Amino acid sequence: MIPRLPRWDRVRESFFNGERLRDSFPRLLEAFVLDIKIFAWSTPAILALALVLAIARSSRNPALFPIRIFVIGYIDVMRGVPVILWIYLIGFGVPGVGLERPFNSPLLWGSVALVMTYSAYVAEVFRAGIDSVHESQRAAARSLGLSNSQTMRFVILPQAIRRVVPPLMNDLVSLQKDVALVSLIGPIEILRQAGIDKSKFANFTPYVAAAIIFLSITIPLTRTTDHLLARERRRTSATRVR
Amino acid sequence: MKLEMRQVAKSFGSRTVLSGFDLDVAAGEVVSFIGASGSGKTTLLRCVNLLEPIDDGAIFLDGDEISRIGRDPNPIRRRIGIVFQSFNLFPHMSVRQNITLALMRVLEKSADEATGTAKNLLARFGLADKLDAYPDQLSGGQQQRVAIVRALAMNPELLLLDEITSALDPELVGEVLDVVRELKGSGITMLIATHEMMFAQEISDRVCFLDAGRIAEQGPPSQVFSQPRDERTKQFLRRVQALGKT
Repeated sequence: MIPRLPRWDRVRESFFNGERLRDSFPRLLEAFVLDIKIFAWSTPAILALALVLAIARSSRNPALFPIRIFVIGYIDVMRGVPVILWIYLIGFGVPGVGLERPFNSPLLWGSVALVMTYSAYVAEVFRAGIDSVHESQRAAARSLGLSNSQTMRFVILPQAIRRVVPPLMNDLVSLQKDVALVSLIGPIEILRQAGIDKSKFANFTPYVAAAIIFLSITIPLTRTTDHLLARERRRTSATRVR
Repeated sequence: MKLEMRQVAKSFGSRTVLSGFDLDVAAGEVVSFIGASGSGKTTLLRCVNLLEPIDDGAIFLDGDEISRIGRDPNPIRRRIGIVFQSFNLFPHMSVRQNITLALMRVLEKSADEATGTAKNLLARFGLADKLDAYPDQLSGGQQQRVAIVRALAMNPELLLLDEITSALDPELVGEVLDVVRELKGSGITMLIATHEMMFAQEISDRVCFLDAGRIAEQGPPSQVFSQPRDERTKQFLRRVQALGKT
Protein backbone atom coordinates (compact mmCIF):
# COMPACT_ATOMS: atom_id res chain seq x y z
CA MET A 1 0.00 0.00 0.00
CA ILE A 2 2.56 2.56 1.14
CA PRO A 3 4.70 2.53 -2.05
CA ARG A 4 1.61 3.55 -4.03
CA LEU A 5 1.16 6.82 -2.14
CA PRO A 6 1.90 9.65 -4.58
CA ARG A 7 4.91 11.18 -2.80
CA TRP A 8 6.36 8.03 -1.24
CA ASP A 9 9.47 8.15 -3.40
CA ARG A 10 10.43 11.57 -2.09
CA VAL A 11 9.78 10.58 1.53
CA ARG A 12 11.92 7.47 1.08
CA GLU A 13 14.66 9.55 -0.41
CA SER A 14 14.78 12.04 2.46
CA PHE A 15 14.10 9.69 5.43
CA PHE A 16 15.47 6.30 4.36
CA ASN A 17 18.48 7.18 2.29
CA GLY A 18 21.01 4.32 2.49
CA GLU A 19 24.00 6.42 1.58
CA ARG A 20 23.21 9.12 4.15
CA LEU A 21 22.63 6.41 6.75
CA ARG A 22 26.03 4.81 6.14
CA ASP A 23 27.70 8.20 6.23
CA SER A 24 26.03 9.50 9.42
CA PHE A 25 25.89 6.33 11.46
CA PRO A 26 29.48 6.32 12.82
CA ARG A 27 29.27 10.01 13.75
CA LEU A 28 25.94 9.49 15.50
CA LEU A 29 27.23 6.47 17.34
CA GLU A 30 30.16 8.50 18.56
CA ALA A 31 27.88 11.31 19.70
CA PHE A 32 25.64 8.77 21.42
CA VAL A 33 28.46 7.93 23.83
CA LEU A 34 27.76 11.28 25.48
CA ASP A 35 24.08 10.36 25.92
CA ILE A 36 25.11 7.13 27.57
CA LYS A 37 27.51 8.98 29.84
CA ILE A 38 24.88 11.48 30.95
CA PHE A 39 22.44 8.62 31.52
CA ALA A 40 25.03 6.60 33.41
CA TRP A 41 25.94 9.30 35.90
CA SER A 42 22.43 10.71 36.28
CA THR A 43 20.66 7.42 36.99
CA PRO A 44 22.40 6.49 40.27
CA ALA A 45 21.98 10.07 41.48
CA ILE A 46 18.28 10.04 40.55
CA LEU A 47 17.62 6.71 42.27
CA ALA A 48 19.46 7.72 45.42
CA LEU A 49 17.84 11.16 45.69
CA ALA A 50 14.38 9.73 44.86
CA LEU A 51 14.73 7.09 47.56
CA VAL A 52 15.66 9.70 50.14
CA LEU A 53 12.70 11.87 49.08
CA ALA A 54 10.28 8.92 49.18
CA ILE A 55 11.46 7.76 52.61
CA ALA A 56 11.25 11.29 53.98
CA ARG A 57 7.76 11.67 52.57
CA SER A 58 6.62 8.30 53.97
CA SER A 59 8.07 8.91 57.41
CA ARG A 60 5.59 8.91 60.29
CA ASN A 61 7.69 10.74 62.80
CA PRO A 62 5.74 13.89 63.79
CA ALA A 63 9.05 15.72 64.28
CA LEU A 64 9.78 15.35 60.56
CA PHE A 65 6.63 17.20 59.54
CA PRO A 66 8.52 20.25 58.15
CA ILE A 67 10.71 17.96 56.06
CA ARG A 68 7.63 16.20 54.67
CA ILE A 69 6.14 19.54 53.69
CA PHE A 70 9.40 20.56 52.00
CA VAL A 71 9.57 17.27 50.07
CA ILE A 72 5.97 17.56 48.92
CA GLY A 73 6.66 21.13 47.72
CA TYR A 74 9.83 20.05 45.93
CA ILE A 75 8.06 17.18 44.13
CA ASP A 76 5.14 19.39 43.11
CA VAL A 77 7.37 22.13 41.71
CA MET A 78 9.77 19.77 39.91
CA ARG A 79 7.01 17.73 38.31
CA GLY A 80 4.86 20.71 37.48
CA VAL A 81 7.32 22.30 35.03
CA PRO A 82 8.46 20.71 31.74
CA VAL A 83 11.88 19.06 31.92
CA ILE A 84 13.14 21.20 29.04
CA LEU A 85 12.34 24.37 30.99
CA TRP A 86 14.34 23.21 34.01
CA ILE A 87 17.24 22.40 31.69
CA TYR A 88 17.17 25.94 30.32
CA LEU A 89 16.70 27.57 33.71
CA ILE A 90 19.33 25.58 35.59
CA GLY A 91 21.68 25.03 32.64
CA PHE A 92 21.88 28.70 31.67
CA GLY A 93 20.98 30.24 35.03
CA VAL A 94 23.38 28.64 37.47
CA PRO A 95 26.59 29.05 35.45
CA GLY A 96 25.45 32.64 34.87
CA VAL A 97 26.38 33.63 38.43
CA GLY A 98 30.02 33.51 37.35
CA LEU A 99 31.25 30.03 38.22
CA GLU A 100 34.76 29.07 37.11
CA ARG A 101 35.62 26.10 34.95
CA PRO A 102 34.75 23.26 35.28
CA PHE A 103 31.75 24.32 37.36
CA ASN A 104 30.22 26.39 34.59
CA SER A 105 29.82 23.43 32.25
CA PRO A 106 26.36 23.17 30.65
CA LEU A 107 26.86 19.42 30.68
CA LEU A 108 27.11 19.48 34.48
CA TRP A 109 24.11 21.74 35.06
CA GLY A 110 22.04 20.03 32.38
CA SER A 111 22.63 16.77 34.22
CA VAL A 112 21.74 18.41 37.52
CA ALA A 113 18.46 19.58 35.99
CA LEU A 114 17.71 16.02 34.84
CA VAL A 115 18.53 14.63 38.27
CA MET A 116 16.34 17.19 40.03
CA THR A 117 13.29 16.67 37.82
CA TYR A 118 13.53 12.91 37.42
CA SER A 119 14.11 12.31 41.12
CA ALA A 120 10.72 13.93 41.76
CA TYR A 121 8.97 11.52 39.38
CA VAL A 122 10.89 8.50 40.64
CA ALA A 123 10.28 9.48 44.29
CA GLU A 124 6.55 9.17 43.66
CA VAL A 125 7.09 5.72 42.16
CA PHE A 126 9.04 4.64 45.24
CA ARG A 127 6.41 6.13 47.53
CA ALA A 128 3.65 4.19 45.78
CA GLY A 129 5.72 1.05 46.34
CA ILE A 130 6.25 1.80 50.02
CA ASP A 131 2.52 2.48 50.49
CA SER A 132 1.63 -0.78 48.74
CA VAL A 133 3.36 -2.93 51.38
CA HIS A 134 0.63 -4.02 53.77
CA GLU A 135 0.60 -2.54 57.25
CA SER A 136 0.75 -6.06 58.73
CA GLN A 137 4.32 -6.42 57.45
CA ARG A 138 5.29 -3.38 59.48
CA ALA A 139 3.45 -4.79 62.51
CA ALA A 140 5.31 -8.10 62.19
CA ALA A 141 8.69 -6.38 61.90
CA ARG A 142 8.10 -3.97 64.77
CA SER A 143 6.77 -6.77 66.97
CA LEU A 144 10.13 -8.52 66.60
CA GLY A 145 11.82 -5.47 68.06
CA LEU A 146 13.15 -4.04 64.79
CA SER A 147 13.40 -0.25 64.84
CA ASN A 148 11.55 1.98 62.40
CA SER A 149 14.57 2.36 60.15
CA GLN A 150 15.44 -1.35 60.29
CA THR A 151 11.84 -2.15 59.35
CA MET A 152 12.11 0.20 56.39
CA ARG A 153 15.46 -1.16 55.27
CA PHE A 154 14.96 -4.90 55.65
CA VAL A 155 11.21 -5.42 55.32
CA ILE A 156 9.42 -2.54 53.56
CA LEU A 157 11.90 -1.30 50.95
CA PRO A 158 12.93 -4.70 49.52
CA GLN A 159 9.27 -5.50 48.86
CA ALA A 160 8.44 -1.99 47.68
CA ILE A 161 11.32 -1.80 45.22
CA ARG A 162 10.55 -5.21 43.69
CA ARG A 163 7.00 -4.06 43.05
CA VAL A 164 7.95 -0.78 41.39
CA VAL A 165 10.62 -2.10 39.03
CA PRO A 166 8.31 -1.98 35.96
CA PRO A 167 7.18 1.66 36.46
CA LEU A 168 10.76 2.51 37.41
CA MET A 169 11.99 1.13 34.10
CA ASN A 170 9.34 3.20 32.41
CA ASP A 171 10.88 6.33 33.92
CA LEU A 172 14.41 5.25 33.07
CA VAL A 173 13.49 4.63 29.43
CA SER A 174 11.96 8.06 29.47
CA LEU A 175 15.16 9.50 30.94
CA GLN A 176 17.29 7.74 28.34
CA LYS A 177 15.45 9.77 25.73
CA ASP A 178 15.22 13.04 27.64
CA VAL A 179 19.00 13.03 27.98
CA ALA A 180 18.91 14.37 24.42
CA LEU A 181 17.32 17.58 25.72
CA VAL A 182 20.61 18.55 27.33
CA SER A 183 21.90 19.25 23.81
CA LEU A 184 19.63 22.31 23.73
CA ILE A 185 22.01 24.15 26.05
CA GLY A 186 25.17 23.21 24.16
CA PRO A 187 26.67 19.74 24.38
CA ILE A 188 26.78 17.88 21.07
CA GLU A 189 25.14 14.54 21.64
CA ILE A 190 23.30 12.33 19.19
CA LEU A 191 20.20 14.46 18.61
CA ARG A 192 22.29 17.55 18.03
CA GLN A 193 24.68 15.63 15.75
CA ALA A 194 21.72 14.29 13.78
CA GLY A 195 20.47 17.87 13.43
CA ILE A 196 23.85 19.00 12.15
CA ASP A 197 23.98 16.18 9.58
CA LYS A 198 20.41 16.85 8.55
CA SER A 199 21.17 20.48 7.84
CA LYS A 200 24.41 19.72 6.07
CA PHE A 201 22.86 17.28 3.59
CA ALA A 202 19.25 18.51 3.66
CA ASN A 203 18.17 14.97 4.48
CA PHE A 204 16.24 13.55 7.44
CA THR A 205 17.83 10.10 7.45
CA PRO A 206 20.16 10.94 10.39
CA TYR A 207 17.06 11.35 12.59
CA VAL A 208 15.87 7.88 11.65
CA ALA A 209 19.35 6.56 12.35
CA ALA A 210 19.29 8.25 15.78
CA ALA A 211 15.91 6.64 16.48
CA ILE A 212 17.36 3.22 15.64
CA ILE A 213 20.29 3.83 17.98
CA PHE A 214 17.97 4.83 20.84
CA LEU A 215 15.85 1.72 20.31
CA SER A 216 18.91 -0.51 20.33
CA ILE A 217 19.45 0.54 23.96
CA THR A 218 15.93 0.97 25.35
CA ILE A 219 14.44 -2.30 24.06
CA PRO A 220 17.13 -4.62 25.47
CA LEU A 221 16.99 -2.63 28.73
CA THR A 222 13.27 -3.29 29.12
CA ARG A 223 13.48 -6.95 28.08
CA THR A 224 16.29 -7.61 30.56
CA THR A 225 14.26 -6.15 33.40
CA ASP A 226 11.24 -8.27 32.48
CA HIS A 227 13.46 -11.31 32.47
CA LEU A 228 14.97 -10.53 35.88
CA LEU A 229 11.54 -9.92 37.38
CA ALA A 230 10.18 -13.19 36.02
CA ARG A 231 13.14 -15.07 37.45
CA GLU A 232 12.63 -13.49 40.86
CA ARG A 233 8.95 -14.45 40.81
CA ARG A 234 9.78 -18.05 39.93
CA ARG A 235 12.28 -18.21 42.76
CA THR A 236 9.95 -17.07 45.55
CA SER A 237 6.61 -18.53 44.57
CA ALA A 238 5.28 -22.02 44.27
CA THR A 239 2.78 -22.10 41.45
CA ARG A 240 1.69 -19.92 38.58
CA VAL A 241 -1.86 -19.56 37.44
CA ARG A 242 -2.01 -19.99 33.71
CA MET B 1 6.71 -12.71 83.14
CA LYS B 2 3.93 -11.14 85.14
CA LEU B 3 1.50 -8.90 83.27
CA GLU B 4 -0.87 -6.36 84.80
CA MET B 5 -3.32 -4.10 83.00
CA ARG B 6 -4.98 -1.33 84.96
CA GLN B 7 -8.03 0.58 83.69
CA VAL B 8 -6.82 0.36 80.10
CA ALA B 9 -8.93 2.25 77.55
CA LYS B 10 -8.61 2.18 73.78
CA SER B 11 -10.87 3.59 71.09
CA PHE B 12 -10.63 3.96 67.36
CA GLY B 13 -12.34 7.25 66.56
CA SER B 14 -15.75 7.10 68.20
CA ARG B 15 -15.65 3.31 68.61
CA THR B 16 -14.60 2.23 72.08
CA VAL B 17 -12.85 -1.13 72.00
CA LEU B 18 -11.47 -1.43 75.53
CA SER B 19 -12.68 0.54 78.52
CA GLY B 20 -11.63 0.28 82.14
CA PHE B 21 -9.91 -2.98 81.32
CA ASP B 22 -8.19 -4.81 84.21
CA LEU B 23 -6.18 -7.99 83.91
CA ASP B 24 -3.60 -9.86 85.99
CA VAL B 25 -1.61 -12.68 84.45
CA ALA B 26 0.86 -14.67 86.54
CA ALA B 27 4.20 -15.85 85.17
CA GLY B 28 3.76 -19.11 83.24
CA GLU B 29 -0.01 -18.78 83.09
CA VAL B 30 -1.93 -19.56 79.89
CA VAL B 31 -4.95 -17.30 79.47
CA SER B 32 -7.43 -17.56 76.60
CA PHE B 33 -9.72 -14.80 75.45
CA ILE B 34 -12.99 -15.74 73.81
CA GLY B 35 -15.84 -13.58 72.62
CA ALA B 36 -17.60 -12.41 69.49
CA SER B 37 -15.73 -10.71 66.64
CA GLY B 38 -15.18 -7.08 67.58
CA SER B 39 -15.19 -7.78 71.31
CA GLY B 40 -11.62 -6.46 71.61
CA LYS B 41 -9.51 -9.63 71.66
CA THR B 42 -7.09 -8.59 68.92
CA THR B 43 -6.87 -4.98 70.14
CA LEU B 44 -6.07 -6.26 73.64
CA LEU B 45 -3.11 -8.27 72.38
CA ARG B 46 -1.86 -5.46 70.15
CA CYS B 47 -1.98 -3.05 73.10
CA VAL B 48 0.13 -5.40 75.24
CA ASN B 49 2.70 -5.51 72.43
CA LEU B 50 2.54 -1.69 72.13
CA LEU B 51 1.53 -1.96 68.47
CA GLU B 52 -1.50 0.09 69.49
CA PRO B 53 -0.90 2.98 71.89
CA ILE B 54 -3.46 2.94 74.72
CA ASP B 55 -5.58 6.03 75.42
CA ASP B 56 -5.75 5.66 79.20
CA GLY B 57 -4.67 3.38 82.02
CA ALA B 58 -1.39 1.50 82.34
CA ILE B 59 0.25 -1.79 81.44
CA PHE B 60 2.97 -3.29 83.65
CA LEU B 61 5.43 -6.08 82.91
CA ASP B 62 6.95 -7.42 86.10
CA GLY B 63 5.90 -4.20 87.80
CA ASP B 64 7.52 -1.99 85.13
CA GLU B 65 5.16 0.42 83.39
CA ILE B 66 5.67 -0.23 79.68
CA SER B 67 2.81 1.94 78.42
CA ARG B 68 4.31 5.26 79.54
CA ILE B 69 4.35 7.83 76.76
CA GLY B 70 7.75 8.33 75.20
CA ARG B 71 9.13 4.93 76.23
CA ASP B 72 11.17 3.16 73.60
CA PRO B 73 9.00 0.18 72.62
CA ASN B 74 11.78 -1.84 70.98
CA PRO B 75 13.44 -3.34 74.10
CA ILE B 76 9.99 -4.24 75.43
CA ARG B 77 8.86 -5.90 72.21
CA ARG B 78 11.94 -8.11 72.25
CA ARG B 79 10.53 -9.76 75.38
CA ILE B 80 7.05 -10.22 73.91
CA GLY B 81 6.39 -12.42 70.89
CA ILE B 82 3.22 -12.14 68.81
CA VAL B 83 1.82 -14.48 66.19
CA PHE B 84 -0.77 -13.01 63.84
CA GLN B 85 -3.92 -14.40 62.28
CA SER B 86 -2.55 -13.79 58.79
CA PHE B 87 0.99 -15.14 59.54
CA ASN B 88 2.69 -11.96 58.27
CA LEU B 89 5.84 -13.74 57.16
CA PHE B 90 8.16 -11.60 55.05
CA PRO B 91 7.46 -12.90 51.51
CA HIS B 92 10.78 -11.77 50.02
CA MET B 93 12.79 -13.75 52.56
CA SER B 94 13.37 -17.47 52.95
CA VAL B 95 12.25 -19.23 56.13
CA ARG B 96 15.81 -18.97 57.43
CA GLN B 97 15.95 -15.21 56.77
CA ASN B 98 12.52 -14.66 58.31
CA ILE B 99 13.71 -16.28 61.53
CA THR B 100 17.25 -14.91 61.67
CA LEU B 101 16.53 -11.27 60.72
CA ALA B 102 15.63 -10.08 64.22
CA LEU B 103 18.13 -12.44 65.87
CA MET B 104 20.92 -10.78 63.93
CA ARG B 105 19.68 -7.19 63.75
CA VAL B 106 18.04 -6.86 67.16
CA LEU B 107 19.83 -9.36 69.38
CA GLU B 108 23.05 -8.96 67.36
CA LYS B 109 23.81 -12.65 67.12
CA SER B 110 26.20 -14.00 64.50
CA ALA B 111 24.75 -15.51 61.31
CA ASP B 112 25.91 -18.98 62.38
CA GLU B 113 24.38 -18.72 65.81
CA ALA B 114 21.09 -17.36 64.43
CA THR B 115 20.91 -20.09 61.79
CA GLY B 116 21.59 -22.67 64.51
CA THR B 117 18.66 -21.34 66.54
CA ALA B 118 16.45 -21.43 63.45
CA LYS B 119 17.44 -25.00 62.59
CA ASN B 120 16.83 -26.27 66.13
CA LEU B 121 13.39 -24.71 66.40
CA LEU B 122 12.35 -25.78 62.90
CA ALA B 123 13.41 -29.35 63.68
CA ARG B 124 11.47 -29.26 66.94
CA PHE B 125 8.27 -28.41 65.04
CA GLY B 126 8.81 -30.76 62.09
CA LEU B 127 9.94 -28.13 59.59
CA ALA B 128 13.63 -29.03 59.30
CA ASP B 129 13.44 -29.40 55.51
CA LYS B 130 11.89 -25.95 55.01
CA LEU B 131 14.91 -23.87 56.03
CA ASP B 132 15.47 -22.45 52.55
CA ALA B 133 11.86 -22.45 51.32
CA TYR B 134 9.99 -19.20 50.69
CA PRO B 135 6.66 -18.50 52.44
CA ASP B 136 4.74 -18.80 49.16
CA GLN B 137 5.99 -22.36 48.77
CA LEU B 138 4.50 -23.47 52.12
CA SER B 139 0.98 -24.48 53.15
CA GLY B 140 -0.93 -22.20 55.50
CA GLY B 141 -0.26 -24.49 58.44
CA GLN B 142 3.45 -24.58 57.68
CA GLN B 143 3.54 -20.79 57.31
CA GLN B 144 1.87 -20.32 60.66
CA ARG B 145 4.29 -22.75 62.33
CA VAL B 146 7.18 -20.80 60.82
CA ALA B 147 5.63 -17.60 62.18
CA ILE B 148 5.49 -19.21 65.64
CA VAL B 149 9.12 -20.26 65.30
CA ARG B 150 10.05 -16.73 64.25
CA ALA B 151 8.47 -15.35 67.43
CA LEU B 152 9.96 -18.09 69.64
CA ALA B 153 13.46 -17.61 68.25
CA MET B 154 13.63 -14.29 70.12
CA ASN B 155 13.13 -16.31 73.31
CA PRO B 156 10.19 -14.17 74.51
CA GLU B 157 8.96 -14.31 78.08
CA LEU B 158 5.41 -13.64 76.94
CA LEU B 159 3.78 -15.00 73.78
CA LEU B 160 0.64 -13.48 72.27
CA LEU B 161 -1.34 -15.65 69.87
CA ASP B 162 -3.90 -13.68 67.88
CA GLU B 163 -6.46 -16.08 66.40
CA ILE B 164 -3.64 -18.05 64.88
CA THR B 165 -5.86 -20.72 63.33
CA SER B 166 -8.60 -18.47 61.94
CA ALA B 167 -7.06 -18.22 58.48
CA LEU B 168 -6.39 -21.95 58.17
CA ASP B 169 -8.27 -24.80 56.53
CA PRO B 170 -9.80 -27.09 59.17
CA GLU B 171 -7.38 -29.94 58.44
CA LEU B 172 -4.40 -27.64 59.04
CA VAL B 173 -5.61 -26.34 62.40
CA GLY B 174 -4.41 -29.44 64.27
CA GLU B 175 -0.74 -29.11 63.36
CA VAL B 176 -0.63 -25.51 64.56
CA LEU B 177 -2.43 -26.27 67.81
CA ASP B 178 0.00 -29.14 68.46
CA VAL B 179 2.78 -26.56 68.47
CA VAL B 180 0.96 -24.52 71.11
CA ARG B 181 0.34 -27.66 73.22
CA GLU B 182 4.03 -28.34 73.23
CA LEU B 183 4.76 -24.75 74.24
CA LYS B 184 2.49 -24.93 77.24
CA GLY B 185 4.82 -27.52 78.72
CA SER B 186 7.79 -25.15 78.41
CA GLY B 187 6.45 -22.70 80.99
CA ILE B 188 6.11 -19.63 78.75
CA THR B 189 3.36 -17.14 79.61
CA MET B 190 0.75 -17.08 76.86
CA LEU B 191 -2.23 -14.92 76.01
CA ILE B 192 -4.42 -16.56 73.38
CA ALA B 193 -7.24 -14.91 71.44
CA THR B 194 -9.20 -17.72 69.83
CA HIS B 195 -12.42 -19.01 68.36
CA GLU B 196 -11.42 -22.64 68.99
CA MET B 197 -13.50 -23.33 72.10
CA MET B 198 -12.38 -26.93 72.53
CA PHE B 199 -8.79 -25.85 72.31
CA ALA B 200 -9.26 -22.97 74.76
CA GLN B 201 -10.88 -25.40 77.17
CA GLU B 202 -8.02 -27.86 76.87
CA ILE B 203 -5.00 -25.57 76.98
CA SER B 204 -5.94 -22.68 79.25
CA ASP B 205 -5.35 -22.19 82.93
CA ARG B 206 -7.96 -19.49 82.72
CA VAL B 207 -10.55 -18.40 80.18
CA CYS B 208 -11.80 -14.81 79.86
CA PHE B 209 -15.00 -14.00 78.03
CA LEU B 210 -14.75 -10.53 76.50
CA ASP B 211 -17.80 -8.43 75.81
CA ALA B 212 -17.93 -4.74 74.87
CA GLY B 213 -14.32 -4.10 75.83
CA ARG B 214 -14.42 -5.70 79.28
CA ILE B 215 -14.00 -9.12 80.80
CA ALA B 216 -17.58 -10.18 81.37
CA GLU B 217 -16.61 -13.46 82.98
CA GLN B 218 -13.42 -15.31 83.79
CA GLY B 219 -12.34 -18.45 85.56
CA PRO B 220 -10.95 -21.94 85.02
CA PRO B 221 -12.13 -23.38 81.69
CA SER B 222 -14.25 -26.03 83.37
CA GLN B 223 -16.27 -23.36 85.14
CA VAL B 224 -16.61 -20.85 82.26
CA PHE B 225 -17.61 -23.50 79.73
CA SER B 226 -19.81 -25.71 81.93
CA GLN B 227 -21.37 -23.30 84.41
CA PRO B 228 -21.16 -19.80 82.96
CA ARG B 229 -22.73 -17.26 85.30
CA ASP B 230 -22.83 -14.23 83.05
CA GLU B 231 -25.88 -14.02 80.81
CA ARG B 232 -23.92 -12.86 77.73
CA THR B 233 -21.40 -15.64 78.17
CA LYS B 234 -24.25 -18.16 78.22
CA GLN B 235 -25.72 -16.68 75.05
CA PHE B 236 -22.36 -16.66 73.27
CA LEU B 237 -21.58 -20.27 74.19
CA ARG B 238 -25.05 -21.40 73.11
CA ARG B 239 -24.57 -19.75 69.72
CA VAL B 240 -21.12 -21.27 69.29
CA GLN B 241 -22.39 -24.73 70.27
CA ALA B 242 -25.30 -24.45 67.87
CA LEU B 243 -22.85 -23.63 65.08
CA GLY B 244 -20.65 -26.56 66.03
CA LYS B 245 -23.53 -29.00 65.60
CA THR B 246 -24.47 -27.98 62.06
